[in-house]
Amino acid sequence: MLDCIIIGAGVVGCAVARELARYSSSVLVLERFNDVSCGASKANSGIVHAGFDAHPGTRKAFYNVRGAKMYPLLAKELDFPYRRNGAFVLNFSEEGNEKLKELYDQGVKNGVEGNVILSGDEVRKMEPYVSDKVVSALYVPASGIVSPYEATIAFAENAFDNGVKFEFNQTVKDVVKSADGTFTVRTDKGEFCAKTVVNCAGVHSDEINNYVSKTKEKIVARKGEYVLLDKAYGYLAGATLFQLPTAMGKGVLVSPTTHGNIIVGPTADDIDDKDYVDTTYAGLSKAFSQAALSVPSLPRRGIITQFSGNRAHNVTGDFVLGEREDCKGFFNALGVESPGLTSAPAIGQDLAKLVADRLGLKERKDFNGTRKGIKHFATMSDEERVEAIKQNPLYGKVVCRCEVVTEAEIIDAVTRSLGARDMDGIKRRTRAGMGRCQSGFCTPKVMEIVAKYTGVDMTQVTKKGAGSELLTGRKE
Amino acid sequence: MELICICCPLGCRINIEKNAEGFDVRGNSCPRGKQYAIAEMTAPTRMVTSSVLVSGGKEKMLSLKTDKPIAKSLIFDALATLKGVVVAAPVNEGDVIKADVLGTGVNFIATRSIEKA
Amino acid sequence: MDKRNVVIIGGGPAGLAAAIGAYEAGERDILILEREPKLGGILNQCIHNGFGLHTFKEELTGPEYANRFIRKVKELGIEYKLETTVISFDKNKVITAVNEKDGLIKIQAKAVVLCCGCRERPRGGINIAGCRSAGIYSAGTAQKLVNIEGYMPGKEIVILGSGDIGLIMARRMTFEGAKVKACVELMPYSSGLNRNIVQCLKDFDIPLLFSHTVVDIKGEGRVKSVVIAEVDEKLVPKMETAREITCDTLLLSVGLIPENELAKQAGVELSPVTNGATVDDRMMTNLDGVFECGNVLHVHDLVDFVSEESELAGKCAAKYVIGGGFEADGGTKVETYGGVRYCVPQIIEHNDDYEPFPLKMRVSNVFRNVYLRVYADGQLVAQKKKQISTPGEMETISLKAEQVEALRKAKEIKVGLEENK
Repeated sequence: MLDCIIIGAGVVGCAVARELARYSSSVLVLERFNDVSCGASKANSGIVHAGFDAHPGTRKAFYNVRGAKMYPLLAKELDFPYRRNGAFVLNFSEEGNEKLKELYDQGVKNGVEGNVILSGDEVRKMEPYVSDKVVSALYVPASGIVSPYEATIAFAENAFDNGVKFEFNQTVKDVVKSADGTFTVRTDKGEFCAKTVVNCAGVHSDEINNYVSKTKEKIVARKGEYVLLDKAYGYLAGATLFQLPTAMGKGVLVSPTTHGNIIVGPTADDIDDKDYVDTTYAGLSKAFSQAALSVPSLPRRGIITQFSGNRAHNVTGDFVLGEREDCKGFFNALGVESPGLTSAPAIGQDLAKLVADRLGLKERKDFNGTRKGIKHFATMSDEERVEAIKQNPLYGKVVCRCEVVTEAEIIDAVTRSLGARDMDGIKRRTRAGMGRCQSGFCTPKVMEIVAKYTGVDMTQVTKKGAGSELLTGRKE
Repeated sequence: MELICICCPLGCRINIEKNAEGFDVRGNSCPRGKQYAIAEMTAPTRMVTSSVLVSGGKEKMLSLKTDKPIAKSLIFDALATLKGVVVAAPVNEGDVIKADVLGTGVNFIATRSIEKA
Repeated sequence: MDKRNVVIIGGGPAGLAAAIGAYEAGERDILILEREPKLGGILNQCIHNGFGLHTFKEELTGPEYANRFIRKVKELGIEYKLETTVISFDKNKVITAVNEKDGLIKIQAKAVVLCCGCRERPRGGINIAGCRSAGIYSAGTAQKLVNIEGYMPGKEIVILGSGDIGLIMARRMTFEGAKVKACVELMPYSSGLNRNIVQCLKDFDIPLLFSHTVVDIKGEGRVKSVVIAEVDEKLVPKMETAREITCDTLLLSVGLIPENELAKQAGVELSPVTNGATVDDRMMTNLDGVFECGNVLHVHDLVDFVSEESELAGKCAAKYVIGGGFEADGGTKVETYGGVRYCVPQIIEHNDDYEPFPLKMRVSNVFRNVYLRVYADGQLVAQKKKQISTPGEMETISLKAEQVEALRKAKEIKVGLEENK
């Protein structure tokens, strides 16, 4: 009997797992994909929102502001990319000035410090590629960017190193509460029993809740499509450039990523099939043309890839967090859409505390809250590179030329705690294949390394788990 | 039959039909086109290139070509003779890997050298 | 820091020819840096024939063509380092490279020849919507998997783009037992050679659909189908013509992009048309002593011309080192007009003690019955009659000594396309 089962290895599930690892407990994370961070956690804007945007008094506002303040330290402890780059909310009309002031006031109410309203010219002095049509903007110096999948991986690895177990390719089909108060979680592959369950299932979190609770929930999948630009155009935005929000969300942003690309998006379309993450021609065009309002010189030829993610939109608008009244021992992190990434560390803390209190868990003395990421050759100084190659000559073997990723890093990505088992996992951990050629050159070599170090044949190497094999066979 | 002439970038659409004297060729802009069309009608040939597995070499695959063009109709049969072939390193460019393919007198020869691992 | 006279970045066809050119011009201190485990570059995976007709007057396969140059490089004793990746390059011609054996090396070069080739345009570059499943490859990646690694990337294939690599892969996959269902081309014409259209598609009854594109890719783990549609004159898909083709693989052959990241890093000025450097007739970029040639300069369709161009670049790099630099006054810019998209070189120097050179250009559309003309200060210097000129085929105008001289003296040079009246 486990102490706790966490359903979903997205950023929220992994943040909860890492916080629960602080206690003496047996914890299992069930994930339906082949890796952590395979849903919305890998396909979002990667923004650590300062917290001016959520309505005062909501859980979104509370957790946003608290989560944002946790990121700088977490990024150090867990060694993932995070940078406070500031943000602007761009206003294009005279009427917008009032709305901008409201946002400013909202930020003050939510406890966000340092915001100022600037004129269009002042904005352009700081961000020279911003449109001439921008009349004014709210400047939010506390806004930051994070690599969302690397943060999730970091939480997960650290949880794993502190004893949390992970099971992949497990799709939860049912959750049943027994008479003795314990839970049985049925997946497509088996059954798992635990004293408590934490529901971090993203767009499917309503279904999980509805298995056990009489208080039904409804989550709508809100698709967000993005386009990503070559690092060569990284100069186009230093800060994150929001547009004044509309009813459907935060509008389309133009932002640098922590790796120096420019990200553009998201669209916001409610869709019926929660697992439908294909990009659409209309969505991509919309994201791009809307973003061009903020930065008119945004070059179409600079696009290197597109992706989309489905946000878990709760129809009532706010996060649903905590223990279910009618089902003790069952905890929800439901409807955690934007600013969910920002809020995740704080949500993780609170939910872990609730679970620990429910079970009477004690804090461990041997919890190690630090984790070392993969040493990235690309970001080393030449002195560090010399040293790295001396320690491990495979640091001298560049596999991904676009992102300068070496064989040593790829091997590390496979062999480390909770290591990558497919090509997408390598990509998210090392950036091999994430550059301007989009894995054209490095695919064969990366496949070879994955095959060798996961102990499978080349023909069994997958892009993202079973069913996504890259090869159809050997040449006869 | 309609053909695209490959003799030059013009890519003439040539119509060729058999008639009593031989062939009626139309649409070509030059005599080379006519020659090409007749050859394509009477005895089309192709160079065939492929690759086979290598054992004990520094590389996994050995590339091959036919040393002469082979009848177009025999392409797939010729390729079939390479199924399951594994060549032991070392190999030198020009080595005959499969001699007298299908009794045509055409050989598959190595197009690269591969050293022993 | 290591000091070298001529450093050549890239050991593919361009780098090999540049090295030989430099040697033949009298330079002995030459170093080739190559990131792959062997010399020859992308030719190693181009196992089909059709190379070398221009240079050797015989038809060779890619590996054979490469080997002629590799053998020569070895015979001449030109030094090269394999599995060595250049990670940075600056305007002072300091190169930083890494490999397993030497670790991180810094080289101060007197002259650098950039021979970095190009990469394939990825799916993202053409905004094809749909799933992100396994089974979407650029044609060159598939080629490497089949020809070098010995694996099959798919069984039922649709190819987007009718450039030569796409066409060659249609045949290659067919040879290996795969079913190529269609080759889809956005433009109303192919940029591939007629010979490849005939011998790679027609021979196997593979449909070539002009003015079509892929508008959606469907699948979960692996690609299950692609949706194609006709496009209008503005290349916008007509969605009412959309139809689905079942397949497990989409191969993309949608263009090549010169790999100028190192060049950019150093401050080499690039042409927005070619995506390669702007060079003068000695193949020298705006950076003194930095040369560029081959596909990194502009995408070629025949490797023979890459070799020719690179040999010239190598020779000039050697002369630059031996002569202690070039005397240059900035030369005259070559302007293009009337359907000529670009001309390489973009600048012609006024000094006349250098090598002869050809003018290479591409046109923007299919033109019939036209003249390519070169004017120096308004005077017709050279012309070439073309029954047909297509964007897929690079046009070359060779220049005689007196024509070169006329261009060197000119204050205004124009290269363009005119109707045959």
